[in-house]
Amino acid sequence: MVDLTALTLADARTRLRARDIRAVDLTQAYLDAMARRRDWNAYVTETPEKALAMAQAADERLDAGEARPLDGLPIGMKDLFCTEGTLTTAGSHILDGFTPPYESTVSGKLWDAGAVCLGKTNLDEFAMGSANITSYHGPVTNPWTRPADNKPLVPGGSSGGSAAAVAGRLCIAATGTDTGGSIRQPASFTGICGIKPTYGRCSRFGIVAFASSLDQAGAMARTVEDCALMLEAMAGFDPNDSTSAEMAVPDWTAACGEPVAGLKVGIPAEYRVDGMDPEIDAVWRQGIDWLKAQGAEIKDISLPHTKYALPAYYIIAPAEASSNLARYDGMRYGLRVKGKNLAETYAKTRGEGFGDEVQRRVLIGTYALSAGYYDAYYLKAQKVRRLIADDFHKTFTGVDVILTPTAPSAAFREGEKADDPVAMYLNDVFTVPTSLAGLPAMSVPGGLNGQGLPLGLQLIGRPWDEATVLRAGAAVERAAKFDVTPYGLEQA
Amino acid sequence: MALDEATVARIARLARIEVDDDRLPGLAAELSNILGWVEQLGEVDTENVEPLRAVMPIPSRKRDDVVTDGDRQDDVLKNAPDAHDGFYVVPRVVE
Repeated sequence: MVDLTALTLADARTRLRARDIRAVDLTQAYLDAMARRRDWNAYVTETPEKALAMAQAADERLDAGEARPLDGLPIGMKDLFCTEGTLTTAGSHILDGFTPPYESTVSGKLWDAGAVCLGKTNLDEFAMGSANITSYHGPVTNPWTRPADNKPLVPGGSSGGSAAAVAGRLCIAATGTDTGGSIRQPASFTGICGIKPTYGRCSRFGIVAFASSLDQAGAMARTVEDCALMLEAMAGFDPNDSTSAEMAVPDWTAACGEPVAGLKVGIPAEYRVDGMDPEIDAVWRQGIDWLKAQGAEIKDISLPHTKYALPAYYIIAPAEASSNLARYDGMRYGLRVKGKNLAETYAKTRGEGFGDEVQRRVLIGTYALSAGYYDAYYLKAQKVRRLIADDFHKTFTGVDVILTPTAPSAAFREGEKADDPVAMYLNDVFTVPTSLAGLPAMSVPGGLNGQGLPLGLQLIGRPWDEATVLRAGAAVERAAKFDVTPYGLEQA
Repeated sequence: MALDEATVARIARLARIEVDDDRLPGLAAELSNILGWVEQLGEVDTENVEPLRAVMPIPSRKRDDVVTDGDRQDDVLKNAPDAHDGFYVVPRVVE
């Protein structure tokens, strides 16, 4: 008897097409697993009836030999994507009861490809966070624990529900969104793969906006190939997004199998930061050796403005957020907290509706954009952003892909990091520069640290060159042979 | 740049977020800490650097100025906290 939830997306896809397994059974196995592990709080909303109806329709197409690319494969949808007729919360109190009358482009493409919707996955409020502890619907628990104490750990954020669901076998793959690392950092914390494509690859239409010049949808799954299969269905031109690229979607799945001999891999000196965890450094060196052993050429490179990426990001992203979140005024949808008059109703609605981290960022952004401070903060940050992007563009004349650690630590306990917001922001030190430059990047598990927790390696590529990112990611995956599942997960 | 409580109260008013007085000292300290950390951007020479606004060179597209969607009043109002006769109902604006 095959353990249905242990199959990779690619394996399940093959078996569904061969009619060895049925989409309804696969979906039911995941629905059962979800019901058993509600304590992880990976889903805000489960959609079992919708899932079984979609699986039934997929089985009918598969029986008729009319399989769509992802037919019958049950996925989790980050609750930042608007789904027609299904509650969409963005992890916020202010969107209470919001049921979109339309479908986001990316989720619509996945349903058209035959994917089955298991539910909406939990996330940091408005995707602002690196530990999935800011959701109005409660924190998400990482399926991984340190075997020594078995205490709950954070799954990373903001796509923490998606990451926990993929790692804990509560879905075969999931969508994420990445503004400063929100796919890659949780992928690293939960021992899975996650890819953020080039800015403009996936439509932002129908994704609740956080920072529009940075937000990109991407895929999270247990293998590099599974990410490629998901991303192929998600990407593509959409006239409803003014920054959507009019470019064909390549065969990314094929790229995963291509050898890396002769590939030039850059190792940026500036990512070896002061006080770096020796175990992070060790997994990075291991990754270098793995690629070298497969014939890649390793080159030392410099990205001199790296250390300024985080402070620039924490002006640009909050500034854009303060503008995007102005729409939540309690008049047209979501929460309304009545005051004595209109102005007081706005203020009370937003004061109760937004959590602490969202309020902090809206306030920082409002300040950075306010009269007298715009040039000193916002314009300055945009200029530094140019220098960071230029660093990458210059480097990519000499290398094909860049290898770095994904995050500066493994998963931690809630409250283990200082309550200081800046300390939390440092989680994204290795992922934010790529986001500012709009480049494709992915995290692939590199191994376990001394406490038995997964650590990810990040591959960064040229604009529109997801193929090389996936190719190098698959090479790391082949060498790492990372086949450990979270401790305590039932084995077949 | 240290923000005092009066400045935080002013930003909160601009952002239309009600912040109780007892939260002002804590918020002032947190926001000052974040802005203090951001100050390091001052070390970077950005003389003659153009601000980066659009990260990928995707040209702006134009379309004909025609209605492409509409006549969905019920859909649009379905999520309203308060609606009546095809309109949003909002608190009195003019006293």
